Amino acid sequence: MEAARESNKRILSDNIKTAIFLTPALIILLIFFLIPMGLTILFSFTNLALTGAQAQQIEFVGFDNFVRMFNDNQLYDSILKTLIFVVSSGVIGQISLGFLIAFLMKGKNAIFRRFIGICVITAWVIPEIVAAFTWVAFLADSGTLNVIATSLGNIRPIAFLFQYPMISVVVANIWRGTAFCMLAFQTALDDISKEVEEAAYMDGASRFQNIFYITIPMVKGTIATTLMLTTLSTLGVFTLIYTMTAGGPGNATMTLPVYMYQQAFVSYQLGYGTAISLVILILGAIFGFVYTKLLKVD
Amino acid sequence: MRIGKVEKFIHHTILVVIAILFILPLLWMLFSSVDTTPIQSLKIPEQFTFQNYLGIIQNPAIIRSFAISLFLSFGQSFVVVIVAIIAAYPLSRYNATYEKPFMYTILFLTSLPMSAVIVPVFQMFLLLNFHDQLWAVALFMAGASLPYAIWLMKNFMDSVPVELEESAWIDGASVWQGIKKVIAPLMVPGIFTVFIFTFTGSWGNFLVPFILIQTPENMPASVTIYQFFGNYGLIDFGGLTAYSVLYSLPVVFLYFLAQRYMSKGFSFGGATKG
Repeated sequence: MEAARESNKRILSDNIKTAIFLTPALIILLIFFLIPMGLTILFSFTNLALTGAQAQQIEFVGFDNFVRMFNDNQLYDSILKTLIFVVSSGVIGQISLGFLIAFLMKGKNAIFRRFIGICVITAWVIPEIVAAFTWVAFLADSGTLNVIATSLGNIRPIAFLFQYPMISVVVANIWRGTAFCMLAFQTALDDISKEVEEAAYMDGASRFQNIFYITIPMVKGTIATTLMLTTLSTLGVFTLIYTMTAGGPGNATMTLPVYMYQQAFVSYQLGYGTAISLVILILGAIFGFVYTKLLKVD
Repeated sequence: MRIGKVEKFIHHTILVVIAILFILPLLWMLFSSVDTTPIQSLKIPEQFTFQNYLGIIQNPAIIRSFAISLFLSFGQSFVVVIVAIIAAYPLSRYNATYEKPFMYTILFLTSLPMSAVIVPVFQMFLLLNFHDQLWAVALFMAGASLPYAIWLMKNFMDSVPVELEESAWIDGASVWQGIKKVIAPLMVPGIFTVFIFTFTGSWGNFLVPFILIQTPENMPASVTIYQFFGNYGLIDFGGLTAYSVLYSLPVVFLYFLAQRYMSKGFSFGGATKG
């Protein structure tokens, strides 16, 4: 009885002490992150605009923005484009290429690993806008890729950003983000002890059996977490697409962040732009929820 | 692992091809920046020159934008490191009942896209007259990068043995003194890692200053890069690439300097064990 009360007291005091230490972090998070998220919900019910008569007085317009959204074909199209972008560049591209590189690097010479690492990581460390300009130049009519392609065969230069805009931004984003997945998987793979794999070989497991039944299950936690971080950060990619294609040509690469920017700051419809932010947040929450569930199952 | 020679050769070849594909787009930047006649594609400079770089470092407006980037990134990273240490301490040392849900929330917030909150933040900045205020911009970015920093800092703090602290308490040190005198010195690599992660993210951020800063004189380096695009689609490739190299150098340098401490930043396997 006495002991139980003691431990209760201890938990209580731990709870209070933790709360005190967390206060500064919570204040900053609240003011600069959580309140804006709340405002996202609030503003999406207003007719907030940057200029014109509406800018003077903000009015609640109820579900007007949402009614507009339901009838906005561009929004549906943008959601689709966003999903294509997130799944192909984030979930499939970065995760599998990152895993492949980390897996192939395992057990290789340290200097060799370092050389490969530098090439992949530099793409990720440089500022996003520099990465975007680099790709604009790389894919241009007279850019490096076309120079190489035309020198190999007698073909005419391809305007990649106009003819294959979605593939272009997807490839650029895979290039940019693979390093993060690679580093996460490297850390996880290095933690797997050699003995476990050796033992599997002894028992007659083939190479592929080993990968699927030993290696992948052992880094499952890392895969799930990396998947979540990659998905959510790909969902928010703005600079790369805005710089490379500005959502075009036409609306071919108009993902949600680019569409939101266009509505809020080009068409000056802040209220509607905020409603689009809400869609991004909801998509993020759905992804986050699903992955967190997956993590807990683990 | 038992790998045959052929397989080993294939592994190496694939890796080398991947590395070349990754570095190829970047080579253009390096080569053009020292070329007297740079074009849009990769070519070996016929004549080597530093003129492009001189043009950048002699331009006061560009120097100013780099200084603003430095201010934003340092300000943000400083706040983030201090607040993250304080927040990580109880998560690492006490057993609050809400610790697990809190860590999951942090993990989720970590990668919530900044672009999803930027419109309301813009509106909030208008209302509060924070517009064009660099400190407010730095604080917003601090808020956005705080979750990952707390996550990372907790990972590092978990590996500092609690016994060292306990002996300091026995000698009469307070909790705060324990953090300052015992934990912080042992966590120097961790603190640098958090600092560099935050700094790199902030240094390269384009969206936030693009939206939240209005006055051209207050724009950081990520936005002023647009000046190399003249009218009628003319681009000063020499200037653009030299600028890009100078702008990228600090973060590339910082990253590779601190790389050996950084593996903790990518250690997510333990996330589930909480």
